[in-house]
Amino acid sequence: MTAVTAGAAGGSDAQPLRTGRWTRLSEWFALYGMSIFAALVLSAILVEATGGDWRPVVSALFDGSVRRPGRWGETLATAAPLLVVALGTVISSKAGLVNIGQEGQLYVGAAIGTYFGFLIGGPGPINVVLILIIGAAGGGLWAGVAAGLRYWRGVPEVLSTLLLVTVGGQAVAYGLRWEWLLLAPEGRRGNRNQVSEQLAPDNRLPRPDLFGNEFPLTVFIAVVLAVIVAFALSRTVWGFRLRMLGRNPRAAQRSGVSETRYGAMALMLSGAFAGLAGAAMFTGGGFAFGNYQMVPGFSANIGWTGLLVALVAYEKPLAAIPVAVVFAGLRTGSSFVGSTGVEGRITDVISGLLVLALLIPAAVMFLRDRRRARAAATERV
Amino acid sequence: MTDLLSAVYEIFSSESTYLNGALFAAFLAFAATGEWVAERSGTLNISVEGMLLGGAFAAAMGCHLTGSVAVGLLTAILGGVLIAGVQAEMSHRLAADQFVVGLTLNILVLGLTGFLENEIAPETTLAGRWEIPVLSDIPLLGQALFGQRWPFYILYLLLPLSWWLVYRTRWGLELRSVGENPQSADVSGIDVNKRRRQSIYYAGLTCGLGGAFLIFGHIGRFEDTIVGGRGFIAIAAVIFGGWTLRGTLAGCVIFAGALSFRLSIQGLGYDINSELLQALPFVVTIAGMAIFAHRVRAPAALARPFIRGLR
Repeated sequence: MTAVTAGAAGGSDAQPLRTGRWTRLSEWFALYGMSIFAALVLSAILVEATGGDWRPVVSALFDGSVRRPGRWGETLATAAPLLVVALGTVISSKAGLVNIGQEGQLYVGAAIGTYFGFLIGGPGPINVVLILIIGAAGGGLWAGVAAGLRYWRGVPEVLSTLLLVTVGGQAVAYGLRWEWLLLAPEGRRGNRNQVSEQLAPDNRLPRPDLFGNEFPLTVFIAVVLAVIVAFALSRTVWGFRLRMLGRNPRAAQRSGVSETRYGAMALMLSGAFAGLAGAAMFTGGGFAFGNYQMVPGFSANIGWTGLLVALVAYEKPLAAIPVAVVFAGLRTGSSFVGSTGVEGRITDVISGLLVLALLIPAAVMFLRDRRRARAAATERV
Repeated sequence: MTDLLSAVYEIFSSESTYLNGALFAAFLAFAATGEWVAERSGTLNISVEGMLLGGAFAAAMGCHLTGSVAVGLLTAILGGVLIAGVQAEMSHRLAADQFVVGLTLNILVLGLTGFLENEIAPETTLAGRWEIPVLSDIPLLGQALFGQRWPFYILYLLLPLSWWLVYRTRWGLELRSVGENPQSADVSGIDVNKRRRQSIYYAGLTCGLGGAFLIFGHIGRFEDTIVGGRGFIAIAAVIFGGWTLRGTLAGCVIFAGALSFRLSIQGLGYDINSELLQALPFVVTIAGMAIFAHRVRAPAALARPFIRGLR
């Protein structure tokens, strides 16, 4: 990697700063192409080294994510919560905060939404909306704990959000032990001992059917939310203040942006998005996510993966849409990989390597731009 | 209630509590020592979890291939340092976000070791038990501190070594200055990012040893769940301890106590809600941070990347 940096920087010394637009673009493409290719080759080597064959794995991945009937609907259904989680993450990281507790916020939000959903039990459509809203509020509340600790007690939010993941998971598991909290009554939980009641059919999000592919309404909600977040961050005063806080907290403070207020708001909003994703998984998930029941491990790593989506999309809400679909595809495809004789967890390795690979180009370009700017500065002197 | 009290008394007077507690505490201490060094240099290194798991797997593989515990120890160090290398080079050479890299590494290593474990299924053995004469006869604590399998005793070398490196060498002084004020350190000719990379490599080494200890000194075989979030508890121990080695160790002992207490009380047949007990170390950590975060002073440049000319 250092060879690439050094070589490229050496070549550009001749004309610092004024590199053409097309050169830059082709550099981007070359860097991205190379690093993605490297990640894929590494994964293929890994499969071959353990006695597998990489071609059927790739084919199974495509089968499971798009090719087989009904599969791309499944992929979109998985992409939706990933996207919603990623959007929340974009908001908090724009404000310069590192929220890495989405997994917990999603789980707690979904559980709180579930609890109130069964408690209120209103007529169908109203109850669905209520569950979604309460779920979002629950996720926001859970992130609010971290926000409170951050701004009143000075606890770094990186750690508090992370530690709250485990606490939240255990809290929900605790709730699933008691009938007055989440556990289904005796006769309605089969022989499982930690499961909530199943959501009544009229309380579920509708699942439209397109060309034999079913997916919940969440997909549309998620895309609309992406557009709204993109607009709010780039075109409103609120978004400007948030970005200012992230880029230069001191300047923000001087111009009257309260760090406590906007920071806490950003963190809670990002938790609320995670909670909304959880509630949407519960009300529209189907078999992939607990089959309309709250179970231990309901969050199924969607929070972690959604966080990765946001990181790969470089804090751009609209870029998160295709990234979410790719990661969802890896996830839905992995269930088909097992049949090729290669362990399905290879997809975890592939997505991890992909994320690392996608981090490299931006970092390299950043360093090169700085090097060019410095070269230009010394030339002027 | 008196029933419970007598159970608690029984737990505190039984040797196995201390034995388990020492095992947990030692594992945390291996990881937390390296993390402490890394944090003193200004990196909040969250890939500890991945380093521990990678080290444990490398240890199991080394033992699987050669049948020797010593070789397993070496491969574990290699494994830990390899993961540290990715973290260090990407976050402090390429200037990628350290949290992003760390988080991705954790997920990647979890997937990788799980995948390889299913494909290879390494066979491992436990290391031999060394009883230190006289000292291991001390009641209650003797077996826990001086009657363990031999990888445990590496800790007795590692802790003073780490202390000496950080507080008594030029390298350590530079390391701490890099964590407090990278701009000044840079001006006085210290390569800031190099020191930070070195501290991450050191964390990789200790975490590798911690993983090996887990395999050879405690559990005896590899599973992808053996670390199970304890890397994060090690990070919390460093913060709880206010970025001193003493405090970090105290944090390890307290959190290990919570873990061990849980095992013992369940072993006695008391069903104090297991979820709450499992969350206990984390709640204790959060509460500890909420109380102490204002009183202790973190390294001033903790988690702030250094790029010359920017800020």
